[in-house]
Amino acid sequence: MSLLQVNNLHTYFDTRRGTVKAVNGVTFSLEEGKTLGIVGESGSGKSQTAMSILKLFQKNQRIAQGSIYFDGQEISSFSKKEMLNIRGNEISMIFQEPMTSLNPVFTVKYQLMEALQLHQKLDNKAALARTYELLEAVKIPNPKRVLKQYPHQLSGGMSQRVMIAMALDCNPKLLIADEPTTALDVIIQAEILKLMNELKEEFNTSILFITHDLGVISQMADDVIVMYGGKIVESAPIKDIFKNAQHPYTKRLMAAFLRTDIKQRATNETLDFYSSENEQFDFSNFRENADADPDWIQISDNHYVAATLKQQPVH
Amino acid sequence: MFRYIVKRILWLIPILLGVSFIVFTIMYLSPGDPVTMILGEGASEEAYQALRTEMGFDQSFIVQFLNYVRGVVFEFDLGRSYVSNRVVLDEILVRLPNTIRLASWSILFATLIGIPLGVISATRPYSKVDNVVMFISLVGVSMPTFWQALLLIILFTSTLGWLPASGFTSWQQMIMPVFALATSSMGTIARITRSSMMDVLDQDYIRTSEAKGVSDRRVIFQHALRNALIPVVTVIGLQFGALLGGAVLTETIFSINGLGTMMVNAIRTRDTMVVQGGVLFIAFIFTLVNLCVDILYAYIDPRIRSQYD
Repeated sequence: MSLLQVNNLHTYFDTRRGTVKAVNGVTFSLEEGKTLGIVGESGSGKSQTAMSILKLFQKNQRIAQGSIYFDGQEISSFSKKEMLNIRGNEISMIFQEPMTSLNPVFTVKYQLMEALQLHQKLDNKAALARTYELLEAVKIPNPKRVLKQYPHQLSGGMSQRVMIAMALDCNPKLLIADEPTTALDVIIQAEILKLMNELKEEFNTSILFITHDLGVISQMADDVIVMYGGKIVESAPIKDIFKNAQHPYTKRLMAAFLRTDIKQRATNETLDFYSSENEQFDFSNFRENADADPDWIQISDNHYVAATLKQQPVH
Repeated sequence: MFRYIVKRILWLIPILLGVSFIVFTIMYLSPGDPVTMILGEGASEEAYQALRTEMGFDQSFIVQFLNYVRGVVFEFDLGRSYVSNRVVLDEILVRLPNTIRLASWSILFATLIGIPLGVISATRPYSKVDNVVMFISLVGVSMPTFWQALLLIILFTSTLGWLPASGFTSWQQMIMPVFALATSSMGTIARITRSSMMDVLDQDYIRTSEAKGVSDRRVIFQHALRNALIPVVTVIGLQFGALLGGAVLTETIFSINGLGTMMVNAIRTRDTMVVQGGVLFIAFIFTLVNLCVDILYAYIDPRIRSQYD
């Protein structure tokens, strides 16, 4: 049994101009101790998929269809109160902007201890000890001083370490990381990614890692799903996606990322991303016909691709 | 922090000097001769000159101003009223308790009602509750205080006979003036709270606290409200400062013997010393309130606190 099993998830926004189908039939599963990467461009629905798991919703947002099994329980139908016990306790989340994700008026200590006191009912002393431990685990130098500091006194990298420590507060089974390194510079990014991999081993936490950066995903994930237009277009183990991408969208994503050679870049794959004439994949039609569930073609063991092409690939 | 407060208190000196210079100049230039006013039109030339010399009006403008400042600084002497011949500082201190009571109760009610209303609106934007609250606060802000005061008197004194229309000693006498003053401040506070809260509720750290499993109530009152408070405190401080300067119309309508009525009477009778002293005193209180607001900022927001150090 997987730790997390998402089946045919639909998350909609009800707006005055109609329903926006941000997530439109997404199915995947995540095993214990593994990292699953979700890759896609802005608006592909990758973040909303994550938000749906914790039901961190806007007022006009809802799960229209589908189920989410976490640790054997169907949590998509949980009440608000039941969700409070899941959030920050069994499933934690870290976000893209560490500098604005911490509350500016509270000390690091207060923010780290809050979840512990809410979920584990620890007394002050025990919570403080645990907090200290966590800051050491995320390799913050001089934790004693940092505990007393306010977020504006921390750098971006330090803030993200604090965010990670906060997420690990209650030893969650699942950590959702929504572009946790996008706002950081490359050196800090590498350190944070290394730290997350170490902590994953240490705490035996599964990670759902959301990013648009294929370089990051190659360092983090065991498996990858590629999303476009609220749907999954391809799902594969990390090696297969880099070596044997099948879907034209995935291929172009790879091409845009892998072309580091300036001479080859001259073909300008990135600039006309959607508008190739002899393209097999019809980008605009894909969005318009988004309600039709695509058939799946199995490429290898865990490698599936959505059959959404004008012509099906021959293999 | 301590150094900041000391620095701010020292700043009071140039501010008050500036205020006193401006007020003194305006009063000096304004028409009317205090000597004639005291002696009356028919006084003899000798008596006129004698008093003029005694009061120092024969000296140059600068000397007169410096004498005034010296009196204020070294003897807390704001001069004597030309009309009643009473010490100006006493005149102010006699009326101050009434003004402070009126201002404090008004701002207290305005805050205690305005902030919760703003929070309720911000958490349900564009809902029916929000519309109702915003309509009420708009009415509160827009309705002239004196008109509201008159309506209150017509209803509760003339028609129902429940409340006395004048005086300011018993709590029954305080209800109507406090209510009339509080409504407009309340409307302003509710609106500022709402917009500030709505900004804060969109912030990333609110999402973080939700993701931690913090309950809605705690998110709003613990995590959001404190961040939303800076503009609210600013507005409350300004309103309170203005009220302490005397709510002229309200005091007049309800016959409350406060700073507002004192100033209006002094201006009407060209009682120069009372006007000067009154303005100086009100400026002093206003800057003190502002200082308190700035210290409150530091208490609320650690980012501001570290700027002060």
